[in-house]
Amino acid sequence: MTDTTLAVPLAGGDGHRTRAAGATVEFRALRRAFGATVALDGLDLTVRPGELLALLGPSGCGKTTALRMLAGFEHPDSGLVLVDGEDVTGVPAHRRDTGMVFQSYSLFPHLNALDNVAFGLRMRKVGAAERRARAAELLELVGLPDHGSRYPHQLSGGQQQRIALARALALRPRVLLLDEPLSALDAKVRLTLREEIRRLQQELGITTLFVTHDQEEALSMADRVAVMRGGRLEQCATPAELYARPATAFVAEFVGTMSRIPGRVVDGGTVEVLGRRLPVDGEAPAVAGGEVDVLVRPEAVRLSHDPAGRARVVATAFLGAVTRVTVTLPGGTPVKADLPTESAAALPPGSAVAVDLPDRPVLVAPRAA
Amino acid sequence: MARLTTLLPRGVSARRPRLWRGAVLACAAAYFLVPLAASVVFTVDVPGKGLSLDAYGQIFRADGFTSSLLLSLELALATIAVVLLLMVPAVVALRLGAPRLRPVVDIVCSLPLVVPPIALVAGIGTVLRWGPEHLAATPFFQTLVAIQNPAFPVVLVLAYTVMALPFVYRALDAGLRAVDVRTLTEAARSCGTSWPRALVHAVLPNLRGALLNASFLTLALVLGEFTVAQLLGFQPFAVWVVNVSGSQAQLSVAVSVLSLLITWALLLALTSFGGGTSRRAAPRRKE
Ligand SMILES: Nc1ncnc2c1ncn2[C@@H]1O[C@H](COP(=O)(O)OP(=O)(O)O)[C@@H](O)[C@H]1O
Ligand SMILES: [Mg+2]
Repeated sequence: MTDTTLAVPLAGGDGHRTRAAGATVEFRALRRAFGATVALDGLDLTVRPGELLALLGPSGCGKTTALRMLAGFEHPDSGLVLVDGEDVTGVPAHRRDTGMVFQSYSLFPHLNALDNVAFGLRMRKVGAAERRARAAELLELVGLPDHGSRYPHQLSGGQQQRIALARALALRPRVLLLDEPLSALDAKVRLTLREEIRRLQQELGITTLFVTHDQEEALSMADRVAVMRGGRLEQCATPAELYARPATAFVAEFVGTMSRIPGRVVDGGTVEVLGRRLPVDGEAPAVAGGEVDVLVRPEAVRLSHDPAGRARVVATAFLGAVTRVTVTLPGGTPVKADLPTESAAALPPGSAVAVDLPDRPVLVAPRAA
Repeated sequence: MARLTTLLPRGVSARRPRLWRGAVLACAAAYFLVPLAASVVFTVDVPGKGLSLDAYGQIFRADGFTSSLLLSLELALATIAVVLLLMVPAVVALRLGAPRLRPVVDIVCSLPLVVPPIALVAGIGTVLRWGPEHLAATPFFQTLVAIQNPAFPVVLVLAYTVMALPFVYRALDAGLRAVDVRTLTEAARSCGTSWPRALVHAVLPNLRGALLNASFLTLALVLGEFTVAQLLGFQPFAVWVVNVSGSQAQLSVAVSVLSLLITWALLLALTSFGGGTSRRAAPRRKE
């Protein structure tokens, strides 16, 4: 191991694959049904070279299926999977050039960490010395240089997933696939590993698809987040845009916290809510009678102590600098508001408050049943 | 390890289960060892002449000892190879590809337990005797003859393979239960390994215990099988034992003791062979 191989651990070597040139991945109208269950229902998605794209959605919405299509473990009923513009649907899994980290622990139990990482190289008939050196490099990269001789059952869950990541990177894949790699780990390990995966991915510039059902994970790690629902793409945007300008009510409520406050559309662009008139963000849904729900983030809701107020505080939850206060409106609708912790102290459960919204356009959705 | 020791009861309370364990062990030992010891004494104690190993000497001098034992070993090896080559891919495919076929395979693999060997051999005998004249010159007939070659009766391997199915299937199935075959093969495939190589390099090494168990059971079955071999007219070890010991009481018991020892020795050899490889892969603890 020379200094140069350490400094540029993965980009060198092959020559034809350099850092900047991650692959482009495209899903085009992918459909896949398992019997009566439609796992993918016309998924269209493009992953740009070198970006980390998070596939976010509730359990069962087809995230894993989409990932497995790209890995070659699953075949579409119709539609295309393109890598750098080439259709790979006919290419067998072992020639796809993708590295995958699985949700369940997937290290080979009969091999130690080093041999696990070197497995792909051994299968490619890379010489023993070279593959050991390279596996050691990768172990160093994932922060476990001293754990090469340990067997999987001697490693913690987080360590196993790091080794699995090293193994997935060993063959310098064009695309890295991560299927909820952190979901089996405890909260603290999850946080550090999250940062580490992101750092590695940026260092290597490898196109990465990261599946998760945890919106916080998706928002904190990804360049862009693709929100899926029922086998389709709802919205694909940067975390900030997704949070601030969700395209649909589903995205709005899945990403971050949203409260629904009953309101009424008065004309095409204005909604009456909490006794005020606010402009509608985007198209107002056409519903009979104009009965809609206005979607508001907790940080946008303002509460003030008001003995004449008709809303009541029902609960407070301390989150650190802010406290999340839940109030009920006269109709019984719960609304969540984030207040600075010191001002929330003045609002114990049971107190009467007035609820107000800032003068900004609001998202509206058809009234929930 | 720490968890194990804390689970163990301490002090006085530890003595009670130990006492029980000792009693149970002693009972079991008596059950197996007393008849064995009696047999051994019977074979070496010649009335009026004191102790003598003459009975054992007779065995080794008897005609066909080596050849029949070798034949049995060859048959056992061939059966193990055939049944494993047949069942390992089948069981893995069953798990990965067609879990709904499980009950069917369960039943099929249990059939040999239900059908007595005597029925099996009657069927085989009928098929082997069925050789119409006009087929005499065809490869079909030559095959029938070839598989009955007394030097290495392939037909016995086929019969034993069927008879070993239930044991091998169960052993392999239990082993596969402990391994996440789907994830391991997929992990191997995403490491650039084709399907069959993934099976060999990622799954099989984790089934060592199950493969060893299956081989064990098959070996024991083949070494002790008498009915089929006898009725088809071949002479592997079990048949030879019965033939040679027929009239002489002392000799027959000596042969039993000896065959027991031989079986033990073979099982021990198999264990140490398997244990040797597993020790190589076993966890080397650093702490
Ligand atoms: N091999 C399979 N056989 C039958 N149904 C499947 C299979 N794989 C996935 N499904 C179904 O397809 C849907 C999507 O699954 P999946 O892609 O795993 O969702 P997610 O990863 O988003 O939780 C689910 O309803 C699931 O039950
Ligand atoms: Mg999933």
